[in-house]
Amino acid sequence: MTRTPPLLEVNALKKHFPLRGGLLGGVTGQVYAVDGVTFSIAKGETLSLVGESGCGKSTVGKAILRLIDPTDGEVWLDGARIDNLPASQLRPLRRRIQVVFQDPFSSLNPRMRVRDIIAEPLRNFGLADGGEVDDRVATLMDTVRLPRDAMRRFPHEFSGGQRQRIGIARALAPGADLIICDEAVSALDVSVKAQIVNLLSDLQDELGLALLFISHDLAIVEHLTHRVAVMYLGKIVEIAERRTLFANPRHPYTRALLSAVPVPDPTARRDRIILTGDVPSPISPPPGCRFHTRCPYVFDRCRTEEPLLREVGEGQKAACHLDELPALRMLPQAA
Amino acid sequence: MSATALPDAPVATASAPHVTPASAMPDVLPAVRPRGRILTFMRRYPTIFAGGLLLAVILFIAMAAPLLGTTDPTALAPAKRTREPSMLYWFGTDMLGRDVYSRVLYGARVSLIVGFSVALLASVIGMVIGLVSGFVRWADSVIMRVMDGLMSIPPILLAIALMALTRGSVGNVVTAITIAEIPRVSRLVRGVVLSLREQPYVEAAVASGTRVPLIIWRHIVPNTLAPITVQATYICASAMITEAILSFIGAGTPPIIPSWGNIMAEGRALWQVKPYIVFFPAVFLSLTVLAVNLLGDGLRDALDPRMAKRV
Repeated sequence: MTRTPPLLEVNALKKHFPLRGGLLGGVTGQVYAVDGVTFSIAKGETLSLVGESGCGKSTVGKAILRLIDPTDGEVWLDGARIDNLPASQLRPLRRRIQVVFQDPFSSLNPRMRVRDIIAEPLRNFGLADGGEVDDRVATLMDTVRLPRDAMRRFPHEFSGGQRQRIGIARALAPGADLIICDEAVSALDVSVKAQIVNLLSDLQDELGLALLFISHDLAIVEHLTHRVAVMYLGKIVEIAERRTLFANPRHPYTRALLSAVPVPDPTARRDRIILTGDVPSPISPPPGCRFHTRCPYVFDRCRTEEPLLREVGEGQKAACHLDELPALRMLPQAA
Repeated sequence: MSATALPDAPVATASAPHVTPASAMPDVLPAVRPRGRILTFMRRYPTIFAGGLLLAVILFIAMAAPLLGTTDPTALAPAKRTREPSMLYWFGTDMLGRDVYSRVLYGARVSLIVGFSVALLASVIGMVIGLVSGFVRWADSVIMRVMDGLMSIPPILLAIALMALTRGSVGNVVTAITIAEIPRVSRLVRGVVLSLREQPYVEAAVASGTRVPLIIWRHIVPNTLAPITVQATYICASAMITEAILSFIGAGTPPIIPSWGNIMAEGRALWQVKPYIVFFPAVFLSLTVLAVNLLGDGLRDALDPRMAKRV
């Protein structure tokens, strides 16, 4: 792992959404969407945030972008805290963190031409004006491998993969250091998915971009990430370098996720871990370990005491009580 | 995908999926097909065409009323009252001997002015209120409760009450009906704004540092225009009907100005013996409302994003 100071540091980030109800619209509860998430991303590094739907991974991305205000915790960009800045001071820093969304259809304004979509951040940050804008947009179109004459067209004239390229060009426009890819390839066909993933990793090499790659698809993540953070119900349960995580997952949830990744070999023997039950509601998360309701290795302590994320190996952290009980860990099927 | 769509880059080969170089994309995009020919338009949007044509005819009648063989619509001729329709009096005369044909044609002016003015004013004011409501959180609940209050009163009763406070004039009729119609538009705009605010392209604009006024102007307003245009046509139609009702009960346009509601009100007493006095303005009112509604239905279908890809 690199020892340079991280580009982005997220510290105990929390986002609780108030639940309103009743006659006067009073707060009747909280949705614990993100409940204490800590990680960092180095310059030029890719960190993947994986987990099933509703685990809060997109909320983490939006809180970093300040599209929503975090409830608690800190976000540091290049050694400066940004989560508590007023809008006026945050605005110039927005240039450095950009976003690519999942849906290539709703992420582009249907009534704007491609040129104006890509030029919007350029103009906002005063990075180009007049004739320069067209040149910059043309260069960006080249960067994302789109034909230049697409500039005059409207988004609906493009396919999903091409729209996603437009979205990437917009994110690149202001010269961002970090791009948050919120399920950026999930809505695409497999072949187009591969193209976009390859484009992203090429761009990372060319431009030294850091990526926060939010995804539920471990098979895709394995192809482009340096490190992986696994989220479950608003918390990170395991974070490790890619090789370590895929070769030696420590948290039972990570193991279950990995066992669900399809292997393109019909003869491969697989020990699939099938989780039973549903994800508990983030409105009233279970006490103790949040995963205990579905964990095949659950024991008494899991139901009362919350495991902390702690170092379990070289660059690997996991939040599981089993790590303190090496003997128990080895049991094949404790449940 | 539409026929004008670009072909996506070729599928990556299974052995080594790699970024497709720019050269693999077509260098020159296929030319945009010319469209907008009247015939193509008619075939694609028959309802818009029918409604628009009918409305254009009525608009022409209203504007060219003095040139269409009319006489002074207010000229009294007691000696020639309640004449049946004939070659001389196309739609007959009323109980004061006024030419119904002339009165109906001039009456179109009132209906159209009221309909269009109310549609425009209610849309503009409702849009501003809806935008404020959708963007200023603390103002939202106050504004929306006021709008709920206004909406709980039937629009016609509200218009009658407002007219009772003022003198009868076309301007006051427009004001009264506009006030009654504003809540519906602002509710609609607020709803659209709230859903647009959550759109990823708006979030991307925020992340790209676009300031709020520009976000509203560039990303929100253009995308509310389609539903507002459709709503405006329905408001136009209902404003014409409300105007006729107000005039019919004597709470609208002053009797000196011929309007379809007035003419019908005056012909009401003679309905059983001289039905044509009521019949002709009623037919014109129905046709005008039909034209506007057809236009609205057609626009709704044409502007519906789900239909956007239809070629």
